[in-house]
Amino acid sequence: MTDLHDPQDLRVLELEAAETPADPTPGDVEIQNYTINFGPQHPAAHGVLRMVMELDGEIVERVDPHVGLLHRGTEKLIEYKTYLQALPYFDRLDYCSPMCMEHSYVLAIEKLLGLEVPLRAQYLRVLFAELTRISNHMLNLGSHVMDVGAMTPNLWLFEIREDTMNFYERASGARMHAAYFRPGGVHQDVPLKLLADIGDWLDTRLPRLFEDAISLVADNRIFKQRNVDIGTVSRDDAIAWGFSGPMIRAAGVPWDLRKAQPYDVYDRMKFDVPVGTKGDCYDRFMVRVEEVRQSARIMKQCLAEMPEGPIASDDRKVVPPKRGEMKRSMEALIHHFKLYTEGFHVPEGEVYVATESPKGEFGVYLVADGSNKPYRCKIRPTAFSHLQAMDFMMKGHMLADTTAVLSAIDVVFGECDR
Amino acid sequence: MSSPHPKYAANDGVIAEAQAALGEALLHARDEVGEVALHVHRDHLVAAMTILRDRLGYQQLMEIAGVDWPDRPLRFEAVYCLLSLTRNHRIRVHVGTNEADPIPSITGLWPVAGWLEREVYDMYGVLFDGNPDLRRILTDYGFRGHPQRKDFPLSGFVELRYSEAEKRVVYEPVQLAQDFRRFDFMSPWEGADYILPGDEKAQPEAKGAPTPMKADDIAKDGGKK
Repeated sequence: MTDLHDPQDLRVLELEAAETPADPTPGDVEIQNYTINFGPQHPAAHGVLRMVMELDGEIVERVDPHVGLLHRGTEKLIEYKTYLQALPYFDRLDYCSPMCMEHSYVLAIEKLLGLEVPLRAQYLRVLFAELTRISNHMLNLGSHVMDVGAMTPNLWLFEIREDTMNFYERASGARMHAAYFRPGGVHQDVPLKLLADIGDWLDTRLPRLFEDAISLVADNRIFKQRNVDIGTVSRDDAIAWGFSGPMIRAAGVPWDLRKAQPYDVYDRMKFDVPVGTKGDCYDRFMVRVEEVRQSARIMKQCLAEMPEGPIASDDRKVVPPKRGEMKRSMEALIHHFKLYTEGFHVPEGEVYVATESPKGEFGVYLVADGSNKPYRCKIRPTAFSHLQAMDFMMKGHMLADTTAVLSAIDVVFGECDR
Repeated sequence: MSSPHPKYAANDGVIAEAQAALGEALLHARDEVGEVALHVHRDHLVAAMTILRDRLGYQQLMEIAGVDWPDRPLRFEAVYCLLSLTRNHRIRVHVGTNEADPIPSITGLWPVAGWLEREVYDMYGVLFDGNPDLRRILTDYGFRGHPQRKDFPLSGFVELRYSEAEKRVVYEPVQLAQDFRRFDFMSPWEGADYILPGDEKAQPEAKGAPTPMKADDIAKDGGKK
């Protein structure tokens, strides 16, 4: 890497050289700003984030986050795959909430195709999107409290996350990379026992573990000292910096895409949107805590109202036929063959479809040219704009507050770097 | 019942309103697939965005997407996705440019544009005039080229590995163990631009016995040919 020096590195060296005075006199030490590297291998960096921080003593003067260390060229790869082959890439974006990533993409395809989706499939998607939200928030809330010093709640919250992954596995066959949402519906129906078990879990295990864990930190003096009034963002700043999700709600803007721009069956769901008052890290934490309770409420409604019926559109030009049908019908066999080789064609057009992922607005700008592959698929990550505001959120804070601010952003680099 | 995509406020009258507010800055406007797209000339971009933000209430800039259209005279397109929290509406603003002409930066209007413009610059090489920090953002330190361009190969040009001998990461030209496979499943009946094996025999003047001359031709030539 010697020939690939970043100007920042050179600056560090220069500053270090300038720091050693030629003739130091005791009691008359001049402290200058110095620059440190936070990450890319740091347990609190939530992945591969490198931050070049300029410090004055312990006060942060400037932060320059370097992202892209996990850039895999997802958008480029998608341009070389058919629409269905591109779907699993979305699981690998935000690997902490895979199904919510698929959600935007399948909705974008369905919007371009004008494809109707059966009601049961929409309920299943909402159910699993909310399960994903709980799963994501368990990881974030747990690591947040661990980043500011507490250990126990993280272990308890990971119990819940483990449960959600088991539900994932029972629905899709995979614990993380589900590829469960498909254009036109979901991949396969869920067994009744799974729905019953999710219902039991929502009534017993989730509230017990979750409320126990949160009761340890929500009113904890140390936790509050580390989070209240840290990284405060005003309403106007949150809007100007393109915040979304819990970040904008903590700043006091009651904006939730599930309420404002309902997709699937969210317009039938009753839930409240928690809003913060001060826009600090504690508010962001508590907004997520309340969102978990609301997600559980939505899931219960889904379980109660979910109708029987097909789980995917019956448009055979988009959705493959059932295995059993293929054994008897020649036409079904042809459809299956065509869909898994050539794939379906999406009519020319451009859409920007955004959904409320657990981390905020996750958008997909999809340009179709009428062929079987996307011409362009731009992914709008949530962490990108949040992380960009690190500099202005951190200004004047202590070095140790970095971890609290970073955790409250809820950043996952698979999504940020794509 | 239509597709279950996110539903926001109706597009009725949005184009007319934008036309009245933007005037000649607006090149043309489209309302397709339920979304409004405004095409703006890059010289008027900052003025147009100011009007959209301050007068029409599109407070948030959510995304800047670059698109490469190699066949168009203005090869690159930057697509600004705006969101109005008060009107619950989304629009897109499209700006075209080429490799040389910069798009004026809108970092003065939205600070969030800083990184978004950096990403478009990194991926497409589109320049943004006035961005205070137009560095690469997603690619490696010292990366060359703009990977999202349509003429940039998927495999790239450089690969890196950890060299045990040199005890450091080394950069080498890409070497593919097998040819890059491009799966083309387009049906040959629907405009594939290659010839199927065996189809070359169906060409009009392919190999084989020459077509016999007709009696009239023989009479005209006097049987010379």
